[in-house]
Amino acid sequence: MNKKRAYLLYLILAASVIFTGIEGRAADNPGSGQPAYGDALIVGSIGEPSILVPMLAGDSASHEVAGLIFNGLVKYGTDLSIIGDLAESWDISADGLVITFHLKKGVKWTDGVEFTADDVMFGYKTIIDDKTPTPYKEDYIQLKKAEVLDRHTFRVTYQKPFAPALSSWGNLVILPRHLLEGKDITKIDFARKPTGMGPFILNRWTSGQEVILDSNKNYFDGRPFIDRYIYKIIPDPATMFLELQAGGVDMMGLTPIQYTKQTDTDFFRKNFQKYRYPVFSYTYMGFNLKHPWFKDRRVRQAIAYAIDKSEIVDVVLFGLGSPATGPYVPNTWPYNPDVKKYEYNLEKAKKLLGEAGWTDADGDGTLEKDGRPFEFTILTNQGNSLRINTATIIQWRLAKAGIKVNVRAIEWSTFINEFVDKRRFEAVILGWSIGIDPDQYDIWHSGKTKEKEFNFVSYNNPEVDALLEKGRRTFNIEERKKTYYRIQEILAEEVPYIFLYVPDATPIVHSRFKGIMPSPIGIGYNLPKWHVPKALQKHMMAQ
Amino acid sequence: MITYLFKRLLEMVPTLIGITLISFFIIHLAPGKPTDVLAELNPKITPEAREKLEKYYGLDKPIMVQYGMWLKRVVKFDFGESFSTDRRPVMEKIWDTKQPLLERRLFITFMLNLLSLFIILIIAMPIGIASATHQYSLYDKITTVFVFIGFAMPSFWLALLLMMYFGIHHNWLPISGLKSMNYESLPLLEQIWDRGRHLILPIFVSAFTGLAADSRFMRSSMLEVIRQDYITTARAKGLPERTVIYKHALKNALLPIITLMGLSVPGLIGGSVIFENIFGIPGMGQLFYASVMTRDYPLVMGILTVGAILTLLGNLLADLGYMIADPRIRAK
Repeated sequence: MNKKRAYLLYLILAASVIFTGIEGRAADNPGSGQPAYGDALIVGSIGEPSILVPMLAGDSASHEVAGLIFNGLVKYGTDLSIIGDLAESWDISADGLVITFHLKKGVKWTDGVEFTADDVMFGYKTIIDDKTPTPYKEDYIQLKKAEVLDRHTFRVTYQKPFAPALSSWGNLVILPRHLLEGKDITKIDFARKPTGMGPFILNRWTSGQEVILDSNKNYFDGRPFIDRYIYKIIPDPATMFLELQAGGVDMMGLTPIQYTKQTDTDFFRKNFQKYRYPVFSYTYMGFNLKHPWFKDRRVRQAIAYAIDKSEIVDVVLFGLGSPATGPYVPNTWPYNPDVKKYEYNLEKAKKLLGEAGWTDADGDGTLEKDGRPFEFTILTNQGNSLRINTATIIQWRLAKAGIKVNVRAIEWSTFINEFVDKRRFEAVILGWSIGIDPDQYDIWHSGKTKEKEFNFVSYNNPEVDALLEKGRRTFNIEERKKTYYRIQEILAEEVPYIFLYVPDATPIVHSRFKGIMPSPIGIGYNLPKWHVPKALQKHMMAQ
Repeated sequence: MITYLFKRLLEMVPTLIGITLISFFIIHLAPGKPTDVLAELNPKITPEAREKLEKYYGLDKPIMVQYGMWLKRVVKFDFGESFSTDRRPVMEKIWDTKQPLLERRLFITFMLNLLSLFIILIIAMPIGIASATHQYSLYDKITTVFVFIGFAMPSFWLALLLMMYFGIHHNWLPISGLKSMNYESLPLLEQIWDRGRHLILPIFVSAFTGLAADSRFMRSSMLEVIRQDYITTARAKGLPERTVIYKHALKNALLPIITLMGLSVPGLIGGSVIFENIFGIPGMGQLFYASVMTRDYPLVMGILTVGAILTLLGNLLADLGYMIADPRIRAK
């Protein structure tokens, strides 16, 4: 869910969405100044990487740093098509079951050994090995076989048609066979001192303080202009923001209030550049569909009408996001713009509740049915103020519709284990990170409702089940599009979740860095091409 | 004396086992498992994969068996490997012998707290003594208000204000961390100065907010002593007030401070989560908090056990300190 690299790959075209930074100023950025080598980029992070072997890591910090050290076979281009990374080209058989990758020649690991198809094979064998504690096996156990045809040709064969197959090879599974063969990958120092072939090389990692990467002068895609990348760990967001102003940090992610208010000063306009693009995730309120009240579709629809999504976006996110209408990000190909939208309508909500038998008989402002007042609790996880604020606004809105809502925030582990997994909730506010591939079988299929599985709201619709099955076995995009459009129509009608919002990512970068080209996949994809003109360079590197 | 020491050390063993047993059960009572970080709400992970992970970590066994296995290893001073994805040995996380001394977590927290404790004592003792000898004077009132302002001040708030003033408005002091970007390229003397500069704000905040307890303790302890008969006697013999206070009274008034020092040992090694997070100091508080949040049982147990051992040793040292300072106790 947090896999940073995969998550970069997942990003898809959001055609009309604003990548303006401060409206259009980003556009004058690229051309200015001659590219020069040198200087260092200091990136602030709340979390510290745990391990730099991508397949073993579960946290986004690890994936962010490891993504600069390793490469995949393919990656997403700025137009969101799949383009080659370590693979020069590939052929897909007509039935979609066989993919043959032709690898780039002359690529070297940073210890000088040549990269070959054996390394891809080794990585694949490692990830499917039972002894490798990785959560990312799923895509790779779909394979029937993998073969090394020659030093630079790698072929994979699938058991059944598997739509996400090609994109899964963009994940960072490739490992240097000559260093790791026959060794227990969890036990050796490699994870803290990895050898990759990516744009940067690990120089030093000081626990709790910083990870320092130096540029790979022999990077196959051209030496990065920036000589040093420093991933600085500052656990407190307020301190990080102060470090940004004091010059101790060059780049960080801003909170909505920092983006809209605190950086709206001359100092920031002069020294920094802000960017903004939608994150591939959404926040939702999910109902426990086993609960007698929420079994009634009219009640769920009424609640959807009683909540004003754009108000939540404006107040909680300071407008830095967009209302969600389904489980896909607006302007991506699986997104269906024509589903039922539930614009805020209190009258409609009251009417639907009345039809479902909820009336305010005793006149105390809260609806009753069979003598019981309509009162339920929204659970969410502690520490996520965006979700807690959202819940508070929903509480206020639903009170107007005659529903009393309690909000309770619980520590993450307890929340998941004791409440979500055991189905001890009435409604939850949570979020899903989503991929470029629209397959959401695990979230909506009625066969995925057991403890620890992800359809914890117990959604069950035979038509959706059939569509989900069909969608992951179809390659034709137009066909798949129809399938997922239909799923969204059904979900919008049945409201198992109330889809709340899709947030924006809001990074800020010191303006001496040039060559940043905002794109639908964010800004980090062309980091090796960022540069600082000689005159503006701040950190002198001892060469 | 030697027998006494031996007896005390032997007594520590059952205490320690009791502490670890209770800690072990309590942390396992908390809902959630170490595999949650990798596996929770990740649609890419199947139930079989989750079971494999749990088996891999030995979490499928009964809790008594798990404790037995843990104890067996700890007797050999092996705290096992952390459950976090990096699988590093617990001891390496607390005391990483591959890093220079100055970068080891336990050392960082210990030195920082020791420095601040030292500064607190240096300032708190004169304040306490003077407010006792000048009880209810204007000076007493002012210092009381002053130390209580420090006590009541939220440390994170004070820290942020100071960072803004010294770090951004004047750019005199660094904001967070332990050393500068260009630390490696500095000559030795400047390296020391660089580290010192980074410590000024954290130690000031920690000392200012901790001043109240020790100075009030000193004040009441002193007040008690100067009311005693032998002080009256000393004054009656015509000794100068200075000698009465600093030679006769202070010695006895300092005895309770030894207890206070013994009690502060857990704080010395435990660190503070809020404080370390604000200043970006990679100490024990951060490590412990993160390990509890991810249910990293071996790391939690490792830190608790090391903490318990050091606390028990601290108590022992305090008792020994008493014996050295107070003849009445030594006689027993």
